[in-house]
Amino acid sequence: MAEMTYLQAISDALRGEMRRDKRVFVIGEDVGVYGGAFKVTLGFQEEFGAWRVIDAPLSETAIVGGCTGAAMMGMRPVAEMQFADFISCAWDQLVTVAAKQRYRAGTPVPITVRLPSGGGFSGGPFHSQNPESSFAHIPGLKCVCPATPEDAKGLLISAIEDPNPVLYFEHKHLYRRIKTEVPDERYTIPLGKARTHLEGNEITVVTWGAMVYTAEEAARELGDGSVEIIDLRTVLPWDKKAVLESVRKTSKALVLHEDTRTGGFGAEIAATIAEEAFEDLDAPVKRIAAPDAPVPFSPKLEKAFIPQVEDVLAGLRELTEY
Amino acid sequence: MATNTALDVVMPQMGVSVSEGTITKWLKSEGEPVAADEPLLEISTDKVDTEVPSPGDGVLQQILVAEGETVDVGTKLAVIAPEGAAPAAGLPSAEQPPPEKTPEPATARAAAESNAAAGGEAVTPTAETTEATPARTPTAETTEATPAPADAPTDGAADGKTFVSPVVARIASEHSVDVGQVSGTGRGGRVTKKDIMAYLEAGPQAPAKAPEAVPERAAGATAPPPPPAPAPTGAPPRPPSPEPAAAAGEQLEPMTAMRRGIAEHMRRSLDTSAHVTSAIEVDMSRVVGIREKLKKEYQSAYGVNPTYLAFIARTAVETLREYPWVNGEIRGETIVTRNFVNLGFAVELADGKGLIVPVLKNAETLNLLGMAKGVAQLAQRARDKKLLPDDVQGGTFTITNPGGYGTFHGTPVISQPQAGILGTYAVVKRPWVVQDELGADVIAIRSMMNLTLTYDHRLVDGALAGRFLRDLRKRLETWDESSY
Repeated sequence: MAEMTYLQAISDALRGEMRRDKRVFVIGEDVGVYGGAFKVTLGFQEEFGAWRVIDAPLSETAIVGGCTGAAMMGMRPVAEMQFADFISCAWDQLVTVAAKQRYRAGTPVPITVRLPSGGGFSGGPFHSQNPESSFAHIPGLKCVCPATPEDAKGLLISAIEDPNPVLYFEHKHLYRRIKTEVPDERYTIPLGKARTHLEGNEITVVTWGAMVYTAEEAARELGDGSVEIIDLRTVLPWDKKAVLESVRKTSKALVLHEDTRTGGFGAEIAATIAEEAFEDLDAPVKRIAAPDAPVPFSPKLEKAFIPQVEDVLAGLRELTEY
Repeated sequence: MATNTALDVVMPQMGVSVSEGTITKWLKSEGEPVAADEPLLEISTDKVDTEVPSPGDGVLQQILVAEGETVDVGTKLAVIAPEGAAPAAGLPSAEQPPPEKTPEPATARAAAESNAAAGGEAVTPTAETTEATPARTPTAETTEATPAPADAPTDGAADGKTFVSPVVARIASEHSVDVGQVSGTGRGGRVTKKDIMAYLEAGPQAPAKAPEAVPERAAGATAPPPPPAPAPTGAPPRPPSPEPAAAAGEQLEPMTAMRRGIAEHMRRSLDTSAHVTSAIEVDMSRVVGIREKLKKEYQSAYGVNPTYLAFIARTAVETLREYPWVNGEIRGETIVTRNFVNLGFAVELADGKGLIVPVLKNAETLNLLGMAKGVAQLAQRARDKKLLPDDVQGGTFTITNPGGYGTFHGTPVISQPQAGILGTYAVVKRPWVVQDELGADVIAIRSMMNLTLTYDHRLVDGALAGRFLRDLRKRLETWDESSY
């Protein structure tokens, strides 16, 4: 058991899988010589060689398309988008080809696409987005959003093992900020299984990614132990059962995400709670999300944009007093 | 009539003894436009099934009581909003903007006017409508358990007290708790889940304690006797809440309000009156002949069929004049008699699953034609579910006619608080001993019918009943065309 940052845990998992399974290779912009924009693959090319750690041209279409073909031929590609925002260039390969191949032809497409996502460091509109809900709407894909180093490792290994295209959203703001003990041995965490980050009896907060920590801080400031935080870990498939079980216990739900509000994945969760746990509700289901706008550059505006601890605290207080 | 303000639709009072009604069908859905007096929903009470008209022009903004639910008279069922009004307010929220203009003092009046236009009791302005006026009374809100209409003041605090969240409603119904008894600590005094859970834990609640209380009472010799059963009222008892389980091959269906009403009334009648039935055989040959003759005339001139029932009703009314006790009632320690006859007719509903007894008022004023028409119209309205509350009340004597199926005898149950019910049975051709013109006995083929009078022996003695039947038979057998 060693202490690792979130970033180190990702790197550790990826390295381990490459050592273990020769079918696993890495491809992306600057992942080889440079070691990746965030240094996740630092030292990988030295260890595994240029054929397994491939510096790709600036074409996300080519990266995801190439991975799809390689996967169909039996490889286990792990692609890196330099920023999650750039995945829109690969939409067609991912959504039209990779997500549907298994349904059309029965061919598994075991690719993993790593997506450094999220804001909080003045990255502006092209380097700060959280596009998971767009892909959570695509049957055939899986969307993973780890919050802890331990989960980052176990979920990445599961993503590589999974026979479907998996989008692995790694939150940039957590990379070096979060550091915890991570088991040394290889382990997997099932996709679609939520985790209770904090136990409580009166309000359920459903969230994932960096917002798990925002929620935790708000809950601690509220200070009465009433808040239960469900970290979804994966939004597609998502752990409906865990969420409904918690809501049936607490009768109040707050859904929190960093992505914008309208059509965000929180809407799906809120609707499911309303639909399946209506008779257990003691208050309206509350959503806290970013406003429907691009992520602003200005640090002050970005702070106003991304849900902050005080926003969540206000939401929790509202539900407490309801 | 256009409406400027939201109007409430409430469960109408369908007769003095009716305390609740069941929504059988919504004829409009939320968001659909409705015109004043247009049928909005169908309700079923233990007395009548009927339609409730819209109190005004507008849009059915919100349905508050779902189909199949039984609610007390006066319960708000829906909100009719002016055309183009904002969608349903839903939960009171601090985010809602305050009303643009002060609600006009005319609100209650407008609702009252639309109520009048809709035909009486169907719709009444509720306390909430009144609340919207500047001169609001603090007591008006206590009866409300529903979200406020869109144009009511929505400062949140005022409405929180009476809003019941889904989980609180569920817990309350599971434990038979009146939410009004629980003190609320939520916004505006709302009862939260915590509050009701604390209330349940604190106890004691009557339903939970009841099973324990019984043996205690039985054990203690000095314990006071259980309180007497409440006097029967017009309201049918609610069915026991735990649903019985179906055994293999059995099917369960919920009792309708009407069926519960019938069940309660039948049992109560047998528990109240001393039922005795006397029967008499009537030679209907003369009536059969006259009926054949009148049939064509009545059909072509009046579009009505001179039924045997009309003949019998007509003679029964005549005979009742001479036997006021048969048309009477025991009310407490006194005997009530009348100078009028309100004649009830048992009518089977088209689906075969219910019976209703519409009342022909002042039947003593009707000749044969009037009787035939009145009976036909009432029966039709009953089958069309168009009966008004008044149509089923105030009967003084009842006729039931199971003979249509060929039965020749029966012992019907008296419709309370009346003293008698006349049963009419199949008209059949039978060999009958009559006297010929020379006074000699001969066997003839006659159209015979049995009549029964079931009477309350507390008031009507056997001899009186016998004389009543004898006179009734005489009138039928010697039907005088000119005097009926």
